[in-house]
Amino acid sequence: MTSLPYLSFSIWIPIFGGLLTLFAHSERNAHVARFMGLFFSLAGFLVTLPLYVQFDASSSTMQFVEHTNWIRYFNAHYSLGVDGISMPFIILNSFITVIVVLACWEVIQKKTAQYVAAFLIMSGLMNGIFSAQDGVLFYVFFEASLIPLYLAIGIWGGPNRVYAAIKFFLYTLAGSLLMLLAFIYLFQQSQGSFDLADWHALKLDMRAQSWIFWAFLASFSVKVPMWPVHTWLPDAHVEAPTGGSVVLAAIALKLGAYGFLRFSLPITPDASQAMAPVIIALSLIAVIYIGFVAVVQTDMKKLVAYSSIAHMGFVTLGFFMFNPLGVEGALVQMISHGFVSAAMFLCIGVLYDRMHSREISDYGGVVNVMPKFAAVFMLFSMANAGLPATSGFVGEFMVVLGAVKYNFWVGFAAATTLILGAAYTLWMYKRVMFGAVINPHVAALTDINRRESLFLGVLAICVLIMGLYPFPITEVMHASVDDLLKHVAAGKL
Amino acid sequence: MTSMQKLYLLVPLAPLAGAILAGLFGKLIGRTASHVVTILGVLTAFIASVFIYQDVRAGHEFNGALYTWATSGGIRFEVGFLIDSLTVMMMLVVSFVSLMVHIYTIGYMAEDPGYQRFFSYISLFTFAMLMLVMSNNFLQLFFGWEAVGLVSYLLIGFWYTRPTAIYANLKAFLVNRVGDFGFLLGIGLIAAFAGSLNYAEVFAKAPELVQMVVPATGWPLMTAICIGLFIGAMGKSAQIPLHVWLPDSMEGPTPISALIHAATMVTAGIFMVARMSPLFELSETALSFVMIIGATTALFMGFLGIVQNDIKRVVAYSTLSQLGYMTVALGASAYSAAVFHLMTHAFFKALLFLGAGSVIIGMHHDQDMRNMGGLWKHMKITWITSLLGSVALIGVPFTSGFYSKDMIIDAVLESHRWGSGYAYFCVAAGVFVTAFYSFRMYFMVFHGEERFGKAHDDHSHEAKHDSDHEHHGLAAGQKPHESSWVVTVPLILLAIPSVLIGFYTIQPMLFGDWFKGAIFVSEHNDVLKEIGGHFHGSFAKALHGFFSLPFVMAMAGVLLSWFFYLKRPDIPSAIQKRFAVLYTLLDNKYYFDRFNEIVFAGGTRLLGRCFWKGGDQAVIDGVLINGSARLVAWISRMSRLLQSGLVYQYAFWVIIGVVILLALWWPYLRAGMAAF
Repeated sequence: MTSLPYLSFSIWIPIFGGLLTLFAHSERNAHVARFMGLFFSLAGFLVTLPLYVQFDASSSTMQFVEHTNWIRYFNAHYSLGVDGISMPFIILNSFITVIVVLACWEVIQKKTAQYVAAFLIMSGLMNGIFSAQDGVLFYVFFEASLIPLYLAIGIWGGPNRVYAAIKFFLYTLAGSLLMLLAFIYLFQQSQGSFDLADWHALKLDMRAQSWIFWAFLASFSVKVPMWPVHTWLPDAHVEAPTGGSVVLAAIALKLGAYGFLRFSLPITPDASQAMAPVIIALSLIAVIYIGFVAVVQTDMKKLVAYSSIAHMGFVTLGFFMFNPLGVEGALVQMISHGFVSAAMFLCIGVLYDRMHSREISDYGGVVNVMPKFAAVFMLFSMANAGLPATSGFVGEFMVVLGAVKYNFWVGFAAATTLILGAAYTLWMYKRVMFGAVINPHVAALTDINRRESLFLGVLAICVLIMGLYPFPITEVMHASVDDLLKHVAAGKL
Repeated sequence: MTSMQKLYLLVPLAPLAGAILAGLFGKLIGRTASHVVTILGVLTAFIASVFIYQDVRAGHEFNGALYTWATSGGIRFEVGFLIDSLTVMMMLVVSFVSLMVHIYTIGYMAEDPGYQRFFSYISLFTFAMLMLVMSNNFLQLFFGWEAVGLVSYLLIGFWYTRPTAIYANLKAFLVNRVGDFGFLLGIGLIAAFAGSLNYAEVFAKAPELVQMVVPATGWPLMTAICIGLFIGAMGKSAQIPLHVWLPDSMEGPTPISALIHAATMVTAGIFMVARMSPLFELSETALSFVMIIGATTALFMGFLGIVQNDIKRVVAYSTLSQLGYMTVALGASAYSAAVFHLMTHAFFKALLFLGAGSVIIGMHHDQDMRNMGGLWKHMKITWITSLLGSVALIGVPFTSGFYSKDMIIDAVLESHRWGSGYAYFCVAAGVFVTAFYSFRMYFMVFHGEERFGKAHDDHSHEAKHDSDHEHHGLAAGQKPHESSWVVTVPLILLAIPSVLIGFYTIQPMLFGDWFKGAIFVSEHNDVLKEIGGHFHGSFAKALHGFFSLPFVMAMAGVLLSWFFYLKRPDIPSAIQKRFAVLYTLLDNKYYFDRFNEIVFAGGTRLLGRCFWKGGDQAVIDGVLINGSARLVAWISRMSRLLQSGLVYQYAFWVIIGVVILLALWWPYLRAGMAAF
């Protein structure tokens, strides 16, 4: 293919843009930094659009491939490529970055250039993760992406930010180290290759597969996060600035889930099948247990953080049923969750910027003073509760259908999200938005301004379009998902 | 796309366009323009439905996809229309009642600051309801199902500053979600085993499905599917024990009580089961279940209507009871009778609600019947139309309610299904109860002593604190006035079909072949066919009705309520005291609310706190995460102690180490030495 190296663009435009933005670090240049951030994030987003337009949906092979030598000593390559599974996430990630830059506009007054730079660089690194086809390259991007988020929480975060940042960092790093060990083992077994395609084809016995599977699980389950290694997420969200929460929920969590599809399932298919009941059980615990926990939260951000974990439970559930409805539903759920969780955190950010409180009990009757905001927040809440015609419904619906097919009781347990999701989301909405205004601070609130209307409006349109017409998204996935499932079903023994 | 298909599309899209215009640009275009666009939208839908009705009568049906929503796992999820006799009947009912309610709203909501928003919501509702009934597949059915639930949620909580309203709307949504839980599992089973969500394809596969069992449970597949779907219907159509949301939904403005919570949305469950008749016919167990749930709702919810004093709540319990009648008919395989009652009920119940709304306007938003009485003198049109609605509700011969209800009772009598004896008792006794609470309301509101004008004079003062629609009532000396024409015209237009439509439509709908192809009844279940043998036209049927048991029961109910509430008003309170236990039970609505509040709501919160404080904070974070951090710290503290820098300590450790090593190696050493 002779097309332009769009994947490299999507990685390096934001990274170099971020580095350039750092030059505008003095306080009086804050506005320059914002516009540079907007420019580079938009540029980074625009270069990802050809990935969809020129994508060949009938093929399951890697597309937009770039391949050059990188570190000759251990045969690592700068090797990029996307298939129907990873391509949507690059677009989503670049899109969310634009939103994050818009959302910080007046909110971040301290070290603006650094803030914008951190998120631009992170965007590039995330795109690197989704497109890397080489183990070393993947690992470098995967680990490097921790740093900007760690800084974002640690510098622009809330009062307890240091505990949260360190918890987040150590938790995820500990998991990744085991993944690195697995990579080195695979490197040796494959006669010195870091190429993912070689690893996918590599024959492994059950014992080796099991060890590798657990090593991958350690890394990816923390990222997702799966129960019981989820407790870093609510802490990180609560302390993170709005942009940090948005990226964390919309993109960072998807890395773990993506890892399952790109590494665990194809490299250790037999171990994955053997361990599927465990993963499914953990996923259902995430859906139900976390659903209950979310109901009783008193902090809005924690509530949405827990609801994120429950929604990601649907993703891992969908993957490990090994049927197309489940896997594709899970992928759709990941994309939808990218929009919806981002929007939920932005909405909470809008309230927090005005009231400097995340406690549900400090609010009440906001709809009286912020009617426009109430309307969009209602839409996103409904999407969070999985209402049809919003994106939140599509993935949940497909996964539940897949689950009923897989085993009625799994479907039964998964479908409880219909009740729990509505309970925690709408109860929060009721307490925050409805009612009479009691608190004088609420009475003084002003409705969303143009900038806030812009980014919430854009997300609202995404949520609705994806709910009404998800066909373009499911369509690009079929070939890759079918191929993956065939590969898993064939096994390696 | 043919011109007919464009017309199909126009039906839901016209109200949607109205909703968008009034919702997004309501402030811009103003109040009048908002009601004009939404009314035009619904009027368009109604006129288009009339044309489609004539087309269907001419034998043109349609079943086709509009667009492909998604594809996955070999299933093509589509959005499409199925236009047949059942659909077009629902389209006519929905668009007509909606049109009436739109016009009525101009008067009812005239002073409300949320005027445009209200019109936007009811038009959006009309769109969603039309999409639901026009669907040709389960996906779109579920879409419409949830969308009407959403609008219902928004409308119950329309006066969002009232604590009771926002409690009621959350409750309504969650209880409906419990139903949807079953509904979704039913759809999931269909998708898993039929491999399609298209009605026609699923129905074609039904004979195969009936042979199967659900793996991992051992249940017959068809029964599991039907009960799952019916649990959805129990939520939407408010059947015991998922009925608890409907009485509370009366917190919403009265026009939506008429439109959503009486005429259309709550009947979606009935419509759905009738639409799924090819599936339900294959499961005796599911039909018995349907019949028993319906019968219980019909009778026991009727009892609750007797003890209510809020005019809207009486009508709400009456709606519950009538929905029970429809459900019983479904259970007796008399799907056409259920749908027929759905239609007549839509007219007379919408009429009764709008009449109650008119009374509420006249009473200055006092809904307590104990403060009414003698209103007939002051509100003539409301009085007459309400009387006609009540007469239709209790089933006086020749009115539409007579035909539809009598058919249900006959069908149940004819049915041999398990539980039909109990169901017959419930529906027959229910006639008496219906007549009693209906005329109790009628007499308390329109006749007897004028009890209004006793509200405190300071109500204008109070109104400053509360919203305009808080109950305040008439001050001393004030008289109720008849409402304006936008309110009374819909009452008249609804009164006409309430009285007449049954007479004209019973023959084609129940005994003709109007529903042929849309509703399927297997040969041995066809109770209506047997009844049809004795049917000799509407007129003869009505004449015969005067001498039948239901009519006697109804008249007894009317007479008793006349005696209790007009002749001897002291008796009810005496009975109330005499049977205090029974009264308390009814007054507390059989304690369903209390039970749900404690067990489900309380249980959820308790479980949530246990998982959060106990699981997440104590065990996972406390023991495992921070515990492992503490363990690392402890190990490093301990190992630091060893590195004291004192040579004699190190020498001591060396000696201990040598001893331990020797002890461990001793067997090998001995073996080695022995080898020498």
